[in-house]
Amino acid sequence: MIFSEAEQFRPNRALSFAGRLLRKLCIDGPMLIALLLLAGAGLFVLYSAGGQQVDLVLRQLLRIGVALAALLVVAQIPPKYLRMWSPWLYLAGMLMLILVLVTGASGKGAQRWLDLGLFRFQPAEIMKLAVPMMAAWVLHSRRLPPDARDLLKLLVIIMLPTILIATQPDLGTALLICASGILLVMLAGLSVRFILLAGGLAMGALPVLWHFMLDYQKQRVLTFLNPETDPLGSGYHIIQSKIAIGSGGVFGKGWLNGSQAHLEFLPERSTDFIFAVLGEEFGLLGLLSMLIAYLFVVSRGLYIAVNGQDTYCRLLAGSISLTFFIYVFVNVGMVTGLLPVVGIPLPLVSYGGTSMVTLMVGFGMLMSFQSHRKLLPT
Amino acid sequence: MLRHEPLKDAWAEQRLFNNRIFWAFTGLLLLTGLLISRLINLQVVEHQRYADLSHGNRIRIQPLAPTRGIIFDRNGIVMAENLPAYQMVLIPEQVSDLDGTLDRLSELKLIDEQQRQRFFRRKRGKRSFEAVPLRYRLNDEELARLSVHRHELPGVDIQAALVRSYPLGSTAVHVLGYVGALSESDLQRVETSRYAATSHIGKIGIEGQYEDRLHGQPGHRQLLVNAQGREMDARGEAREELLRNRQEPVPGSDLILSLDSHLQAVAEAALAGRRGTVVVIDVNNGDILALVSQPGFDPNRFSAGGMSNEEYLALQNDIDKPLFNRALSGTYPPGSIVKPFIALAGLEYRAVTPDHSIFCEGYYSIPGNEHRYRDWKKEGHGEINLHAAITESCDVFFYMLAMELGIDRIHAMLADFGFGQPTGVDLPGEKSGLLPSRDWKRGAFDRRSERIWFPGETVITGIGQGYMLVTPLQLTHFTATLATRGKRFKPRLVTAFRDPLSGQITEIPPQELAPVELADDRYWDDIHRAMGAVMNTPRGTGWAVALGAGYKMAGKSGSAQVFSVGQDEEYDEEEIDERLRDHALFVAFAPMENPQIAISVLVENGGSGGRVAGPVVRRVFDAWFEEHRQ
Repeated sequence: MIFSEAEQFRPNRALSFAGRLLRKLCIDGPMLIALLLLAGAGLFVLYSAGGQQVDLVLRQLLRIGVALAALLVVAQIPPKYLRMWSPWLYLAGMLMLILVLVTGASGKGAQRWLDLGLFRFQPAEIMKLAVPMMAAWVLHSRRLPPDARDLLKLLVIIMLPTILIATQPDLGTALLICASGILLVMLAGLSVRFILLAGGLAMGALPVLWHFMLDYQKQRVLTFLNPETDPLGSGYHIIQSKIAIGSGGVFGKGWLNGSQAHLEFLPERSTDFIFAVLGEEFGLLGLLSMLIAYLFVVSRGLYIAVNGQDTYCRLLAGSISLTFFIYVFVNVGMVTGLLPVVGIPLPLVSYGGTSMVTLMVGFGMLMSFQSHRKLLPT
Repeated sequence: MLRHEPLKDAWAEQRLFNNRIFWAFTGLLLLTGLLISRLINLQVVEHQRYADLSHGNRIRIQPLAPTRGIIFDRNGIVMAENLPAYQMVLIPEQVSDLDGTLDRLSELKLIDEQQRQRFFRRKRGKRSFEAVPLRYRLNDEELARLSVHRHELPGVDIQAALVRSYPLGSTAVHVLGYVGALSESDLQRVETSRYAATSHIGKIGIEGQYEDRLHGQPGHRQLLVNAQGREMDARGEAREELLRNRQEPVPGSDLILSLDSHLQAVAEAALAGRRGTVVVIDVNNGDILALVSQPGFDPNRFSAGGMSNEEYLALQNDIDKPLFNRALSGTYPPGSIVKPFIALAGLEYRAVTPDHSIFCEGYYSIPGNEHRYRDWKKEGHGEINLHAAITESCDVFFYMLAMELGIDRIHAMLADFGFGQPTGVDLPGEKSGLLPSRDWKRGAFDRRSERIWFPGETVITGIGQGYMLVTPLQLTHFTATLATRGKRFKPRLVTAFRDPLSGQITEIPPQELAPVELADDRYWDDIHRAMGAVMNTPRGTGWAVALGAGYKMAGKSGSAQVFSVGQDEEYDEEEIDERLRDHALFVAFAPMENPQIAISVLVENGGSGGRVAGPVVRRVFDAWFEEHRQ
């Protein structure tokens, strides 16, 4: 199933028509189905988590619609153009990041938003895609594995936006963007010895990082290490979230029956902690199904990466897919108490706007790579 | 692009990439496995435990408020404490007819319309079994009335809570400050988890300044609640566990003030009915013994949580500004009080000698200028030297001396005393006053023509008029420095912290500031003698004040102009509006031979310093020396 291709879907004529249509629209069928399943399941959970407010679900539905439209548009763009636009997008993103630092309207105590009059958005969202695109663009014309000069160039490309975003301060997003770049470089064939060395250095750099962290960020890490120390503050999230998931058991309490969530014990239950609502109401089976759906999306993405036509497509597809997995892993790890509380939503399921569009645009690129392949003779 | 590059080996690169994807996929599966094992751990292995916590009974964490530190005066008299107060609450689910119940309470005069509105605001966002406060502080009579009618009012309950109380009422209110209900803006300043159980926070004064010390650390207890969130009885092991997880709050630190509440009360009584300030400082360590700003108000009205908006607005809009701490935040021209300091500058810079005398004909004019700077004594003081000029407060002498010195040297001497700088007292809202100089004037004005320092401005600086401003606290601080011959201490209120649990007292040592050093220490004696003569000779402006006192004091009277008198006009106290009259000032220290305390008294629009402010000085000094006989 995972490695099947759209055109092999032919149980009957209706489906074959659908397959042709998807092909015409440059859409990858299996991935689209998995994405729709995840987003649809998310709406159900959101309805329960958000206190059964219909308009909350409708707003999320609207977002999904907008995001899917964006996916559809991006999927039509041949990879060649995506590649050509990469440096410009990166440049524009950097400019906006600097602009945000200088003039940005402050939301929740952090300078993240750029006010464009009609709407506000976070330049960091652009960089989530622009950084791996730029890195892939640099490596596209080079011989792989990259040499030291290329690595240095990539280091600058990745670290500049990372530092800018970390100073906003949005440590979570900064680390994810950094990770997307580093993953790409690893996929490009960075030597294993180098990876181990960098890993060691990173461990050594932790105390330095700690020094530069803001108080609330330190607090999160400390609370993660021992949630019981701060049961009134941020430790509360983790304790309640674990109770919600643990009490769900194998089969869950049933849709709309999660008492943790409905009695408002669980904070941020429609956004960052929505996974816990799912765990309470649908149990282990529900969570496993969702993880499998995520795994399917990632695997399909990696399949597209392996089949990528050129270096740019391969590297970018691989990076986007793996980063998507990291989102899931970090959110689930956070909600289950394996990782500190960083404000990373569960992709496609959590209530919230900008990141949904970014994700779908990323998948749109994957679909573009997949559908614009010229079949070369093997 | 490929020109400068070695040829790409497409196959090798694809192989390398596939290899990396394989390893990435393996890592990804491992991480997923980790997540799944975590889920199995939570949902299968530990399911029962979490189910117990969640299903049916579950644990809720209830924060416990710490007890606020107590504030004592120097003699151990309680100035701020926490008293149990009875509050009236209503539990909505136990009330069948809410409006009827509230109507009945209104009939019994237990709530008014505003409290009723406030009740509905508090009720929002609470669950029906949670008690909603109706009134915070019931007096005995109200408590009795409610008890009698309790049976008609199911769901109305009485709860005891600790409420901040100031047993001395309005005494020292501008020192203590008050606590008020925690507001939205307070919550943005403080760490919210530390204030999870707290309803009130120190707003101003000592309560505000030492909020961090006074507040303490909250504790928490765990309770079992059922599916609706209602508290349940815990039994057996669960009970043990709940008790084990209870963490007691850590009470806030007690504070011991330098204030003498008796002296404070005497000073307030002496100033009763006036607007003004009294500040008394122990000259040998900077301890503030009394700090009065009148009018004041009763801080208990804030902490009881019952002050209505109208009451607060009335306080805020009162023309006499009872909320304003004049002693710290009010700035006034020092008037003649500045003369001893100018005289010191004259001696230090050798602009005069103690015996040098001038002739005062009732006015002074800058050479080549017609403008007459007038003396308060129209006919003039005649032949007069430095000593007599201080004693009789001759203006012309100091006009001349100021011109002789020039503004730069005046500035240098006064800056050493701390004019123009906050004293650094441990209370919020202190103003720095203003010590004018050429530099200051260059920066303070927009118009070019106003940025220059004019000689006439030096002249009036000599008698403490013009731009110069001081706070009453500064006045006492400077007077204390005169008394100690240059030794300076930072004025302070909190002298020690007391651990409420062990009773252990941690003293804070007094903080010495850079002293005022003169070329010759005898200059201090000259000033002391002159200030002594102010009080102890019939010609002195404070003669009546010190008459018959059992100790010897030194002092200086002054008056600060509120509005200026024209060149040819007469200043007539009777004719001008009360609020435009001069502020009466008096500073003094005692005993003369071995100074212990210094005082400044300011009476707004009081007119003459000697006549109006002087008697306050006497009453405060008498009260002090009655208790501290040598």
